[in-house]
Amino acid sequence: MFWNSEIECLPKEGLRKLQYGSIKSLISKLYSSNAFYRHKMDSVNVKPDDIRSLSDISKLPFMTKQEFRDNYPTKMFSVPNTDIVRYHVSSGTTGKPTLVGYTRKDLDYWTDALARSLTSIGIGEDDTLQVSYGYGLFTGGLGLHYGAERVGASVLPASTGSTERQLELMQDLEVTAIACTPSYFIHIMDVAKEIGIDFLRDTKLRKAILGAEPWSEGMRKRIEESSGIRAYDIYGTSELAGPMFTECEERNGIHICGDMAYIETVDPDSGEPLESGEKGELVITMLKKEAFPLVRYRIRDLSAVYDDVCACGRSSPRIARISGRSDDMLIVRGINVFPSQIEYALMQVPQVGNQYMIVLTRDGALDNMVVQVEINPEYFSDKVKDMISLRSHIESELKKYLNLAVHVELKAPGELPRFDGKASRVKDKRSL
Amino acid sequence: MPEENVIIQLSIFVNNEPGRLAAIARTLKESNVNMKAFNLAESAEFGILRAIVDDPEESFEKIRQKGIIVKKTQVIGIVINDAPGSLFDAADVCGREGINIEYGYAYAGKNLSAFFIRVDEPHRAVTALKEAGIALVKGTDI
Repeated sequence: MFWNSEIECLPKEGLRKLQYGSIKSLISKLYSSNAFYRHKMDSVNVKPDDIRSLSDISKLPFMTKQEFRDNYPTKMFSVPNTDIVRYHVSSGTTGKPTLVGYTRKDLDYWTDALARSLTSIGIGEDDTLQVSYGYGLFTGGLGLHYGAERVGASVLPASTGSTERQLELMQDLEVTAIACTPSYFIHIMDVAKEIGIDFLRDTKLRKAILGAEPWSEGMRKRIEESSGIRAYDIYGTSELAGPMFTECEERNGIHICGDMAYIETVDPDSGEPLESGEKGELVITMLKKEAFPLVRYRIRDLSAVYDDVCACGRSSPRIARISGRSDDMLIVRGINVFPSQIEYALMQVPQVGNQYMIVLTRDGALDNMVVQVEINPEYFSDKVKDMISLRSHIESELKKYLNLAVHVELKAPGELPRFDGKASRVKDKRSL
Repeated sequence: MPEENVIIQLSIFVNNEPGRLAAIARTLKESNVNMKAFNLAESAEFGILRAIVDDPEESFEKIRQKGIIVKKTQVIGIVINDAPGSLFDAADVCGREGINIEYGYAYAGKNLSAFFIRVDEPHRAVTALKEAGIALVKGTDI
């Protein structure tokens, strides 16, 4: 089943021509109308005329997340604010979040990408999709919502939380598919088990579209074996628009709609382009975006691009499951956390000594972040209650800087590991 | 003189993990620190070892030099007679005087038994307890 078979199954040659044409006109337009991009291109001495083939795109400089932060809120937008019809804001632990604006057309393409994705896994007008991603500033809820409406599915905008009620509605409304984070789905599974609901016996739920946080094939296997529900991987970031691209029924990589995006992999260290199938860092150019153009954006997710035609018939390139990050960003309960920010926050707290460790665990479905800190001996007290309030003080200071609840464990100086070379202060014990 | 009844306790931070107390105890042994009385307070992740030792000033320096978090804390030793009511009498005085006892622990030596208490105003507590006729331990007694 295709939403738009003409474009989705376009022969490779035609797709490349289309992508080249789109990049060419995107770059020319940005160079003439957007000071930020013109300056970026001038700084590496590249003019639009230097792009003479699709592979010439590698001459263009990368865009980074830091640039979005530096240009917060709207300095990088390419359209006047009057053309913006929606904003989304990505959560992060930096002082400045990433703000993304959308024109009417941007929303239309985002919705269309999801309409194609949902169709590719067989979700259509006969389905009821429970959208259990958060609605609001986060892109997940509203993105899936409009995509599902476009294919004519009945949408249940459940958002997150009230899990027992979600299960009740799932039964009453004969929900056939759900979209949420893998950890929330595991929580739903746990609650269902507790109250005696068997998905296959008691509900019509058969498909789950899971993403927005790292997960693995191992987790997919566990989810499918214990719930009987077929799980599909979805990919996107707020900079692209939101969750956009999914696997098809073949589940052999996530299809990146070729008319909307040009996806590359590069060597994380050298930035040199990699061949199809080689593992590296994803770099994406969005070919249709208006408000917030992305040209060679380094997403920092590690994957590989497969450029052969999929067994489903779609010609768009596919990406392998994300295997990690090329920077040290952690995703904790859906919030992007950089260890360097935790370190910065800790160093603002005089009660904290110089060594720390970040330990991530998963309790059931919830990520738990513990920051172990060596205490500054000056603040040691012989009273337990003083020490506990010292710990609470450090926790609330961290919360202030990181906007994320953190558990602190106090350690004696010398207790935490010292590092000779590159410090590895993160222990990620979550089984993904 | 309240000073002679104010006793120096060493308070030591201990991580609540297997082997940590043993490591601290070994350091004390190697530093030749003799503990007369001690108490271990614990929370989920850390503990505080409180000890009355021989020559607290010298022991403090030795322990500190080993990189262990240690602090000197003033405590008071109440002499416990081998009869019901000794602790009540002392606690009652503190209560009436509005002196809060943070924590306490017992000590039984060859010559005397005592209950060490930690209060916020040790000098005032000593004066009040003495005025009430309660016997207090002197630093030289233990």
